[in-house]
Amino acid sequence: MEVTYLEAIRQGIWEEMERDPNVFLIGEDIGVYGGAFKITAGMLEHFGERRVIDTPICESAIVGAAIGASFMGLRPVAEMQFADFISCAFDQVVNFAAKCRYRWGAAVPIVVRAPSGGGNRGGPFHSQNPEAWFVHVPGVKVVTPATAYDAKGLIKSAIRDNDPVIFFEHKGLYRRIKEDIPEGDYTVPIGKARVFQEGKDLSIITYGAMVYTARDAAEQLAKEGISVEIVDLRTVLPIDEETILASVRKTSKAILLHEDTLTGGVGGEIAARIAERAFEYLDGPLVRIAAPDTPIPYSPPLEDAFLPNVAKVVEKARWLYRY
Amino acid sequence: MAAVKPIDFLQAPSGASAAADAEAGLAFRALHYMVLMREVEDRIERKLYRQGKIVGGVYVGRGQEAIAVGVGLATEPEDVLFPCHRDLALYFIRGVHPRQVFAQYMGRVGGLTRGKDGNMHMGDLRLKIVAIISAMAASVPVAAGAALGIKYKGLPHAAFVFFGDGATSRGDWHEGINLAAVQKLPLVLICNNNQWAYSTPLEKQMACKNVADRGPGYGIPAEIVDGNDVFAVYQAAQRAAAHARSGLGPYLIECKTFRMTGHAAHDQALYVPKHLFEEWAKKDPIDRLERHMLRKGWASQEEIDRLHREILQLVDESVAWAEQSPYPDPSELYDNVYETPSGQGSEV
Repeated sequence: MEVTYLEAIRQGIWEEMERDPNVFLIGEDIGVYGGAFKITAGMLEHFGERRVIDTPICESAIVGAAIGASFMGLRPVAEMQFADFISCAFDQVVNFAAKCRYRWGAAVPIVVRAPSGGGNRGGPFHSQNPEAWFVHVPGVKVVTPATAYDAKGLIKSAIRDNDPVIFFEHKGLYRRIKEDIPEGDYTVPIGKARVFQEGKDLSIITYGAMVYTARDAAEQLAKEGISVEIVDLRTVLPIDEETILASVRKTSKAILLHEDTLTGGVGGEIAARIAERAFEYLDGPLVRIAAPDTPIPYSPPLEDAFLPNVAKVVEKARWLYRY
Repeated sequence: MAAVKPIDFLQAPSGASAAADAEAGLAFRALHYMVLMREVEDRIERKLYRQGKIVGGVYVGRGQEAIAVGVGLATEPEDVLFPCHRDLALYFIRGVHPRQVFAQYMGRVGGLTRGKDGNMHMGDLRLKIVAIISAMAASVPVAAGAALGIKYKGLPHAAFVFFGDGATSRGDWHEGINLAAVQKLPLVLICNNNQWAYSTPLEKQMACKNVADRGPGYGIPAEIVDGNDVFAVYQAAQRAAAHARSGLGPYLIECKTFRMTGHAAHDQALYVPKHLFEEWAKKDPIDRLERHMLRKGWASQEEIDRLHREILQLVDESVAWAEQSPYPDPSELYDNVYETPSGQGSEV
């Protein structure tokens, strides 16, 4: 059955709610309105207001309440209307949820859904990719699906996971990505990358919407005889080092690509791990392609200049190929 | 970690021969826990800390014992408690042994967090007691969530969250109460208004006169009680619990009290006018309760003295036990970050 990335997430949540009566949803405008992006449309009508809870505007209390409810044996799925607003809940995520198990043995099985990503002219507060903030927080898991298949399988795994999971769903993929996915129940493991496309000359290690930027770049590069392997991380914490290193050992060249800004981004962490563990396999410098260290601007020419794109990836890949 | 079953020392002392009178029995239990909290904290703050045996900070509730005890005794075992750092007695009421508390402060494996965290940062879900984090008020939305869980499951319980006057300035406090009020969650909010948040006096903390003045802003009942009167606190907590359990939503209790110490053991509180300490010393909740019990004929001085002696003996034994408890092995550093080890960043 062909479904969008959005529909895949929706199906995953719906099926988990049917499967487990302890799964419930909490967030702003998710019930009557069905969510800013309609992920939860129809859920209030089907599951009732006990399990689909519209809250005041209070990101910190939404995550806090999810934590508290999880102590009572529930499995909350909290929605941040935009990932940009998760900063309002930062303390609850990084100081409360992330540290309970470590400090006093209390599991916090919550999911925080965070629609992220630019390209929609959303400006500085409706476009960010804040995943790297949380990659620096031991105790949480950070998931960034690119495909509809993974989006459904990962939201199910996130809901079943006994640790807090932040689920970054890229808004630009919601309706752009359509795929045939299996009907019914399946999961995709958290913490496992996959090779999105095999190649032999260089590896592009990426995640989220940039998987498609890498794919389009690889298509162009193939015409020039450059064979690109694409690793889709799927989860950025914990990082699947094995899959990354296997790809780099095979191609000996790596580009780290993400839509998040450059400094302190996931790409730097991966570059360090490759340098530490696969240095002797490298035939060229590690290349990072990311958004520049600026806020995300609103006006189309500015946002277009901000986002990594196919042309930038092709140019850097050519350079690295020839190195 | 802690046993779920209450242990021997929790039984009312033998002196409760007047226990036929429920009020007298309650008074004995209250006195027991208040003195236990006082003596455990005194030993930590005034002896072990100065001897260098406490590895981190020490925050005590001296002079505020009636709040934790009054509320704690009004709760039922299935109610979920969110103590703040001046509510030690709640742990004892739930069955935590004083030796676990000493071990906790000393960073030993016998503490509730096995050395992963210190001082009052401890909890045990089996005892329905949730650990605070240092940013006060963060517990309020989490307690609202526990109350949501209680309501979701149709249980007849409530969540009780404790905080100081300073915490009421934080956004989390507002968000948590507002959410709980809108959802009519069974949440009891207990403020120990001890008039100081570290060095900041109440008038620099808020422009309204009372924390309870804020209740109407959330559409919830709020009352002020004498926080140094354990019976007044107990009765207010019962009213609040009845309100919360009946589906009417949150209830705020402001307990007026005074912080009879600095913010922490390192702080001499020179910024607090000395006469305030002297005035509030006369209102000490333990002295008051003992005088009341003597006046009512619920206890003899001899029985009260025996209670103190027994508690001091328990404290001595508990400290000795904690000092024998080993420090955690450094390999435990990596335990329990996740349910299953992620292997991240543990070897470079």
